[in-house]
Amino acid sequence: MASVTTAMVSGRDDADRDEGPQVRLNEVVPRRHPGRWVAVALLAIVAMQVAYGVIVNPNFHWNVFWQYLFAPTVIAGVGWTLVLTVVAMLVAIVCAGTLVLMRDSENPILRAVSWLWIWFFRGTPLYTQLLFWGLFAVLFPRLSISVPFGPEIIGVPTDWVVTAGVAAILGLGLCESAYLAEIFRAGFRAIDRGQTEAAQAIGMSRGRIWWRILLPQALRTIIPPTGNETIGMLKGTALVLAVPFTLDLMFATSAIANRIYLPVPMLMVAAFWYLAITSVMMIGQFYLERHFGRGQDYVQTRNG
Amino acid sequence: MSRHVMADRDVAVSLEGVHKFFGEFHALRGVDLTIAKGEVCVAIGPSGSGKSTLLRCINQIEQISAGRVRIGGTLQGYDERNGRLHELSPRAIDRQRRLTGMVFQRFNLFPHMTALGNVIEGPVHVKRMSKAKARSLGRDLLARVGLADLADRYPNQLSGGQQQRVAIARALAMEPEVMLFDEPTSALDPELVGEVLDVIKDLVASGMTMMLVTHEIGFAREVGDHLVFMDHGTIVEEGRPRQMLEAPQNVRTQAFLSKVL
Repeated sequence: MASVTTAMVSGRDDADRDEGPQVRLNEVVPRRHPGRWVAVALLAIVAMQVAYGVIVNPNFHWNVFWQYLFAPTVIAGVGWTLVLTVVAMLVAIVCAGTLVLMRDSENPILRAVSWLWIWFFRGTPLYTQLLFWGLFAVLFPRLSISVPFGPEIIGVPTDWVVTAGVAAILGLGLCESAYLAEIFRAGFRAIDRGQTEAAQAIGMSRGRIWWRILLPQALRTIIPPTGNETIGMLKGTALVLAVPFTLDLMFATSAIANRIYLPVPMLMVAAFWYLAITSVMMIGQFYLERHFGRGQDYVQTRNG
Repeated sequence: MSRHVMADRDVAVSLEGVHKFFGEFHALRGVDLTIAKGEVCVAIGPSGSGKSTLLRCINQIEQISAGRVRIGGTLQGYDERNGRLHELSPRAIDRQRRLTGMVFQRFNLFPHMTALGNVIEGPVHVKRMSKAKARSLGRDLLARVGLADLADRYPNQLSGGQQQRVAIARALAMEPEVMLFDEPTSALDPELVGEVLDVIKDLVASGMTMMLVTHEIGFAREVGDHLVFMDHGTIVEEGRPRQMLEAPQNVRTQAFLSKVL
């Protein structure tokens, strides 16, 4: 900006005086930053070296990468990974919402159950939980509605209901719900008590206060860490082979790798798709944050 | 006080033997108070004397521990049958809260809604008024507090005085019978106090019944019909503002006024 010597400066908040006084800005010779240029040059050399080493390196088998990038089982794997991520995340969000309401309720039993749930699902490894859900049909062969401790009224074999897909979603979703519940709780706790009081003072009911006043404000702080968790969940789906669930992106690419004895290009295929999905999610998160930050993080400036 | 002998229909708010405990802390120790319809009752007193707690007990943000609060003759928070108090349902309490409008020290506007959104929230989502009707009501109220041009601004684009005026409009939108002001100017920069007091003065002129907790002694003298001095959870002295401020009877009132006047 050193070449600009004059600028229009208008009085703060003074709409009538568009024509401000002409101020002569200081003419300044900017400081030089030779260190920056050296650093840039060094980094550029390193980056080009790495890129060259990866691209021309025959061990990466880029022709195989391109050959399988859009292979039908890979694309189906992308689809299944997305389904697992989205459905498990929805399960987690619903459970976490319920857990938060229970945790904040006046009923001590509900509070204790919520605490125990979070303690258990956060305290055991996801891989173990997925193994357990895979074995669920072995442990409980029939799901039935019965007289308590008495005879069965109606029932079905468990593996009709808890298929590998359902087991994977339950395993991922329930584990995630414990983490999300803590994120949600933090989001609600960050809201000033005066918000509830002001809403009570205009006669709003508890439910309506939660929905209209607290939730929209809590979402502002909840969304960024939940975006993190969603990306974590996306990559967590790679663990569903523990169930075993065999259609997701990681399993699909490993299966091809095992068949053609070339793990590296198939890992690159998987990495490409995980990155692509993450990028799309980040765009979505940007718009969600903008929506729920209205009035606080994103406000239109006064007349520019 | 003799002027408190009045017909029931003239009473807006009455408190009888109201106590409030916060755990061990005895915040209100047997408060009796009657506010007549159209009266402006001003409470003054040192911090922690229970003034704000008293206001919050009137609109049931705090539940009283003992005594009775009545608004327009109706017992608040309870139903008294066969000499026993039965707790009202949350719904019934929400309905009773509509009788009072409250303005807070720190405004407590909803930051995710525009000024107009704040004002119409109650009419639309509590009274079930149509959005179009609520908007026109909201714009009228914002005009009344001098903010017609700023309806679409978010609270953090407004000055403290403007925010507090929006908060007053929000409370008025529910057409309350009594307005409660909890130190409405204490969080404001000195040059912004006047614009809020002017709006309150305008409300006084319109005959609104109100209770005002304030540190603005001059304002209390100007608009108050009924001055209450509180200390340690009790009403130590009450009376006409002019007389009481000039010739306080109680030593604690004298000590307090000597510090603030």
